[in-house]
Amino acid sequence: LYSPFQPIKSIHSLILLLFVWTIFINNEWHVSVSGKVFPVYNPATGEQICEVQEADKADVDKAVQAARLAFSLGSVWRRMDASERGKLLAKLADLVERDSVYLATIESLNSGKPFLPTLFVDLQGTIKTLRYFAGYADKIHGTSIPMDGEYLTFTRYEPIGVCGQIIPWNFPLMMAAWKLAPALACGNTVVLKPSEETPLTCLYVAALVKEAGFPPGVVNILPGFGPTAGAAIASHMGIDKVAFTGSTEVGKLIQEAAGRSNLKRVTLEMGGKNPNIIFADADLDLAVEQAHQGVFFNAGQCCTAGSRIYVEEPIYDEFVRRSVERAKRRIVGSPFDPTTEQGPQISREHQNRVLEYIQSGIQEGAKLECGGKALGLKGFFIEPTVFSDVRDDMRIAKEEIFGPVQQIMKFKTVEEAIERANNSDYGLTAAVFTTDINKAMTVSTAMQAGTVWVNCFNALSTQCPFGGYKMSGNGRELGESGLKEYLEIKTITMKTVTKNS
Amino acid sequence: VLQSASGSPGTFSGAGGEGCVHVTYLLETYFVLFINNQWQDAESGKTFPTINPATGEVICQVAEADENDVNKAVKAASDAFRLGSPWRRMDASHRGLLLNRLADAIERDAAYLAELETLDNGKPYAVAYSVDLPNVVKCLRYYAGWADKWEGKTIPIDGDYFCYTRHEPVGVCGQIIPWNFPLLMQAWKLGPALATGNTVVMKVAEQTPLTALYVASLIKEVGFPEGVVNILPGMGPTAGAAIARHMDVDKVAFTGSTEVGHLIQQASGSSNLKRVTLELGGKSPNIVLSDANMEDAVEQSHFALFFNQGQCCCAGSRTYVQADIYDEFVERSVERAKRRVVGDPFDMKTEQGPQVDQEQFNKILGYISSGKREGAKLMCGGGVAADRGYFIQPTVFGDVQDNMTIAREEIFGPVMQIFKFKTLEEVLTRANDSKYGLAAAVFTKDIDKANYVSSGLRAGTVWINCYDVFGAQAPFGGYKASGVGRELGQYGLENYTEVKTVFTCCLHEAPSDVITR
Repeated sequence: LYSPFQPIKSIHSLILLLFVWTIFINNEWHVSVSGKVFPVYNPATGEQICEVQEADKADVDKAVQAARLAFSLGSVWRRMDASERGKLLAKLADLVERDSVYLATIESLNSGKPFLPTLFVDLQGTIKTLRYFAGYADKIHGTSIPMDGEYLTFTRYEPIGVCGQIIPWNFPLMMAAWKLAPALACGNTVVLKPSEETPLTCLYVAALVKEAGFPPGVVNILPGFGPTAGAAIASHMGIDKVAFTGSTEVGKLIQEAAGRSNLKRVTLEMGGKNPNIIFADADLDLAVEQAHQGVFFNAGQCCTAGSRIYVEEPIYDEFVRRSVERAKRRIVGSPFDPTTEQGPQISREHQNRVLEYIQSGIQEGAKLECGGKALGLKGFFIEPTVFSDVRDDMRIAKEEIFGPVQQIMKFKTVEEAIERANNSDYGLTAAVFTTDINKAMTVSTAMQAGTVWVNCFNALSTQCPFGGYKMSGNGRELGESGLKEYLEIKTITMKTVTKNS
Repeated sequence: VLQSASGSPGTFSGAGGEGCVHVTYLLETYFVLFINNQWQDAESGKTFPTINPATGEVICQVAEADENDVNKAVKAASDAFRLGSPWRRMDASHRGLLLNRLADAIERDAAYLAELETLDNGKPYAVAYSVDLPNVVKCLRYYAGWADKWEGKTIPIDGDYFCYTRHEPVGVCGQIIPWNFPLLMQAWKLGPALATGNTVVMKVAEQTPLTALYVASLIKEVGFPEGVVNILPGMGPTAGAAIARHMDVDKVAFTGSTEVGHLIQQASGSSNLKRVTLELGGKSPNIVLSDANMEDAVEQSHFALFFNQGQCCCAGSRTYVQADIYDEFVERSVERAKRRVVGDPFDMKTEQGPQVDQEQFNKILGYISSGKREGAKLMCGGGVAADRGYFIQPTVFGDVQDNMTIAREEIFGPVMQIFKFKTLEEVLTRANDSKYGLAAAVFTKDIDKANYVSSGLRAGTVWINCYDVFGAQAPFGGYKASGVGRELGQYGLENYTEVKTVFTCCLHEAPSDVITR
């Protein structure tokens, strides 16, 4: 039944039969207060999959009330052993694993991501992230401190409280796990708004949250739109912290909203225009393939995309030639075709934006080596597109395209490469390809980027902190660092009669 | 059910209980050596009997490992640890996954394991099932979580260098575990060792080899590569000593008596300086102040001494009671001890089973004699509790003086010593006046007294208004002759880690104003 090679039609009806796409508050399914619903689409065909209840401010208020109650002193969640919280997260991971084929199918259908990578990368990343933070729940240590004076002093690392979480459409499930796992491991309660483009897998996970045994109100999931539900979360007086992953443009609004409301703690994971620096001594085959995947993975819809490729002059022509040849070979097609490498863009609007960037590249004088057009009659596909002779002042060199468009630039010296790579308001990732240990150390330490890859790209794992310098973000997710953002430190100082070292 | 401590010895009924019927079917299979994920007899062909202490009867024969078998196991463990082996190349998170699967398998078979544990060790089944087994599972799950989180550092060193540390496994770890909590002690040892990527040669106590060997079959079932865990039933002076002096064992962890702990440390010194951690004996002071909640203090102090038939390294075996509540405390403690239900471990009403073997049984009775001889006041018990098996009556001595044998030496049996004290300073001095320093407790409502006493006691664990509270998250271990190093918690990882510092010279290709350190 869950074979990936089923025609889409029968999966479609399976979803409609098995699920009611409503709002999840207090472990219950609610219709929206306003009665409104919104459509959700299959970007490979442009057809509607189903309708989902649309949460707005009134629903956010209900969810925050539930989350606050679940967080109150003496509640089941507050009195639970930390190790027990970890056990619940591990159980959720097991359930996601149990239903991974079904989840990958819905994810593919709703987001256009090719099915096999979704099953082997997205689902595994989701499960591993849940398991990683499950293991941390009872390992969050405060300290006992040799303070001056006759005191017994120690710190407690407490949960912050009610956390608003707003996630994007490019990795719906994995982004849900990146948000839920550390928040719950630390003992917070959550009000999470998935993207209006891709709410389906997140709502299925809500059902698993209930099945795993999380107490009511600990996790609340509200499908809805940014300017309504998202804004309500960012400015809510009853939410103690907001975590947002999405565009830099909206990230700024979130930060403003927090400042205008209750100074809620803010963490942001936003865009990138990530430099990928290829030296002449690099393994060229490896560099070409990694640079290709680095920009085209997920149809270019990655905040980590290596969308500025700086190639050292001696190998520039060969690199461009091989990259174009590779791009021409890239298979664009139905997400459920096992040979497909690239699916559609997420929406018509987004497809048009990417096409507009491509036009600007042509107009500003970059050399269009291949691709450049929309593909197919249905859905939102774009040809893998390569530009060479790109200048740093072109729009395609400065702005985040978020599509299958590769920019290749030429450089001469290490200093030049470093300076040009860092010359951006973004700072999310960077990469360097070289066999020389000194170049690797020099460049990687110089990059103003939260993650630097050496001879690889998009190598992410739940143990490693991830986040942006400058306008790519505030704070880090994953790894031990990911816990920090979900904790408040309390120092307790107790007078004692006498000191003993 | 046997008689209680206040009566005279009577007949014993229901030895072994109904649980035995299920157990005998499986007894045929697993009681040989486990090396390289394979079951094998000892090279010498020797076996030894393991006894049911409730009846004194033999349960079965178990293969007896000696030096040659230790050599085989060490070779298997070394091989599993070689550079490029499946275990060395495994993702740390996958090591954690295997530990979690082992926890799941043990949880699945918890009822069987609890029965086997009770049969071999004598502890009440109700306790084995509701205390030992859940804590085994929790310990393994706790360390499963650490596997991919035990991070080194990057360090801002002087000069143009990139400096970082790697947390590497030590290598082949010899682990020698005791008979008082067979399964739990196995988990305390395997958890941190495997989470950090070591390989193990474990010698289990000759009194209680059965449950550890069943767990070996689960280790194979859940998918640990061969040679990562090797389990050898055998004797201390032969197999244990062979491990302690082996030139290819990189570290030894021992839990047992202080007397043997000395031997292990010496063996390391005279062989290859293998890293040593020891969890040894104790004579832990339990201090009851006059403002303590009397009912609570009496019950906790009773539990502190008598739990597990008195066979705890951290037993509260010196109960110091403040003078103005001394008489009432003693009277209540005696009354509680008389009510302690001694009997068939498979009877759900039983609180206290037999001592683990004849040797312990004789030793404890010897200590009781010395107490009487040296002038302590025998308040109840003092004798044998049944006509077969190794049952001893819950025994309470009052008016104990600090210089008596029963006040200084670890009895490891159901014998409670109660002392009188006047002031806090006095009791702190007396409590610390011991070669041991494993645990301690204080019962009081006063926050200042609690802080004063707990910071002044030279003991690895201090309990305030409670006793024998453990968690996989919290380090446990001894000061002084009670041990070296800590087990459990994050601290428990350190014993199984070698820290490697790596310096990389940074010849910068770009002028330094482009680079920052």
